[in-house]
Parts: sequence; structure tokens; C-alpha cells
Amino acid sequence: MTKVSMTVNGTPMSGDVEGRTLLVSFLRDQQGLTGTHVGCDTSQCGACVVHVDGKAVKACTMLALEAEGAEVATIEGQAAADGTLNAIQAAFQEHHGLQCGFCTPGMVMSAAALLKDNPKPSEGEIRHYLEGNLCRCTGYHNIVKAIMAASGQDVSAIAAE
Amino acid sequence: MYEFEFARPASVAEAVKALSEEDAQALGGGQTLIPTLKQRLAMPSTLVSLSGIDEMKGIHSEGGQLVIGGAMTHADVAEGAEAYPALAALAGQIGDPAVRNRGTLGGSIANNDPAACYPAAVLGSGATIVTSAREIAADDYFQGMFTTALEEGEIVTAVKFPQPEVANYQKFLQPASRFALVGVFVARFADGVRVAVTGASEEGVFRWGAAEAALATDFSADAISGLTVEADGMIGDIHGTKAYRAHLVGVMTKRAVAAAS
Repeated sequence: MTKVSMTVNGTPMSGDVEGRTLLVSFLRDQQGLTGTHVGCDTSQCGACVVHVDGKAVKACTMLALEAEGAEVATIEGQAAADGTLNAIQAAFQEHHGLQCGFCTPGMVMSAAALLKDNPKPSEGEIRHYLEGNLCRCTGYHNIVKAIMAASGQDVSAIAAE
Repeated sequence: MYEFEFARPASVAEAVKALSEEDAQALGGGQTLIPTLKQRLAMPSTLVSLSGIDEMKGIHSEGGQLVIGGAMTHADVAEGAEAYPALAALAGQIGDPAVRNRGTLGGSIANNDPAACYPAAVLGSGATIVTSAREIAADDYFQGMFTTALEEGEIVTAVKFPQPEVANYQKFLQPASRFALVGVFVARFADGVRVAVTGASEEGVFRWGAAEAALATDFSADAISGLTVEADGMIGDIHGTKAYRAHLVGVMTKRAVAAAS
């Protein structure tokens, strides 16, 4: 076992892990941060997307020890301390961007990464950016709409389908 | 995954030393290796991460070539290789954004997946692969599906890309895997044209010599209209037959030439 330390949502966290321990296992099983989901476990679905040093990564395809010293952000750190949803989360709620909710943590984290680099993405850019995030409920329309809305753009032109 | 030790050296020399241990394995971004380990298809004693080695990072120009560190991620190259737009565009089409934030240039070409994008750029540019031990010309480096000139424990530390006059990469996407069903990289230099094809052949990335010769005299999509590649030797699977892939090689080459001209 090796000790790994990182900052998660602004809080220093550490634990003893094996070489093979995945970042997502460290977050979920050791730190109890179960908001990050494991969907496919094969880096296809994106339910496990978190940010490592500001970049979206699939936490099921990164070793915990690779995140030594990193700043990690997960879905648990997105809302304010009093539970007030951030703009992306609120838009997902407002525009029905989720149904079962399983993919939502990854969708929100990917959306946050997108909007950081591209504050006013077009509909096409959003769809392209979400290539690595699968949703089996919504058909994506309302997710795209929610992200457009969260970026402060008019979504009335996007048909409700 | 089977158990393994984990090492994260800070220099190429330390990494080479760590890789001299029996059954030690280098870890680039892990976007192929970690899924492979999960399926227990590999059983390294030690994984030697290359992510903490600063001398394998960075993009700079040197003697008219663009030198990219082996540990640079696809996202780094998509953003930082503006001096070579066709290469930056290729890097920006690999996988998805989260995969591009981890996967590396060195890892991709060390693995040499027959459907990976980077081998087409490296071979199509006539690049030089810089390793922990030597420099290898791209024409000598790729030796068939998942096979390269790398020796045990040898690390790709950088790739030197000559910069062509014009170049373009066209990828026919396999939408589930996001790999290339067929991808063609075309580059025109003052002294000739190189055409490298990925995704299509059972031998991995290859140069399409007949197209290179035709394009050298007439760099236009029409110049290769009469040319075909043999279906024999192409990959045939549920995503596309051998004949379909052979056909796509011609189509994608024409598109790349048209986009580059």
C-alpha cells in the first residue's frame, strides 16, 4: 500500500491505496464520495468524469496514484455549501436534462469543463463535446438545452423533443 | 486487475532503470493500458508511470521540425501544435475530450493500435521517433499490428515532425470506439508526397505508394481516381468488410488531398 494525497473539492484527502486502485475507487470507496458513478468501467460512458487539475478525465481509467498532489473536483463540490445548485445543475433541473440521473454527474462535470474553455458553445459544439458521455434516457436534447441555458444563451429555438 | 507495484519516476533515466525490472511496463496516459489491465490481459510486476517526467513534455520547433514530447496528451497537441495544423486537428479528433486529456502521443505510438490516428500522422509526416536510447525513422518504426521497433524497456521520449507544405487527415469514424475505421494522412513536401493509412490493414499503418507517386506529379484528388488498394490484407470485421475498407482508403485519400490543396 502507498499513501496518496490530493485535494478534493478544496479539502485535502489522503489514504492508503494499492498500485491498481482507480481514482474512482479512491473517491467512492475510501472517501465516500459516491456521486461519481461507475457506469461501464471501460471509459466509454463518462458517468465517472471528474476534473483533475482542471481537466475532465474518466476516473475509472486513471490510477489513484496518478492523482498524487492533484486538485480534484467532483460533482459533490458543484453546489454551494448550503445546497444551492450551480448554474449547470439548476439548468439540468429546469430543462429536464435528466431522467434516471445515473449519467448526470458525468454530464455536469463535462459541461463544466466545456463552459470553462468555451463559455458560449453552439449546439453543435455541445453535442460534439459530449461524445464521451452516454445517456440512455433523455436522448440528449434536454441535456444540450440545459447546457445552452447554463451558458446564458437563448434556448427557445431548440425544439422540445 | 492483477496486483502491481506503481512507480512514478521524475526522469527518463530513472524510468529506464525502473523498466529494467522483470515484467515492468511503462504507463503513458493509460487509456488503452488500464482497460487492458482490467481485462487481465496483462500482468506487469510494476507499472512505471511516465506522467511525472518533465523532459518528456513540451512542444517546440527545432531545425524546421516540430518536436513534441512523448508525454504530451492529445489535448496538449490539439491546443499546442498550431504550427502543424493537420497534426493538431488529428489530435483533436482522437477519442473524446476526457480521453484526450489523458492519452499521450508516446503511448499511442508505442502501442501502435492498427486503428489509432497518431501512427498515420507520424508515418505520413516521415517523422523521427526519439527514444530513451536512439532515434528511429517512422518508416523503420512501425512493424505491423501492435508491433514497433521499440526494444524492451525503451521509451518514446519525443517525436520530431518535419512540417510539410500542406497536409490533411481524414478519419472515417467508427462511432462506437471513436477509432478510425479508415484514416488517411496526406502530406506534401517539396520533394514528394506521403500518404499513410490507418485502420485499414491487418499489418497496421502503411504507406500507399501508388497514390504517393501519382500525387507527386499531380496533387489533386483526380490524380488517384484510377487507383485502388487490394482488399486482400485489409481488416474485415462486423464494422466493415475488407472490400469496404479498401474502397474507403481511396475515398478518404481523395478527401484528404482535396482538403489539403
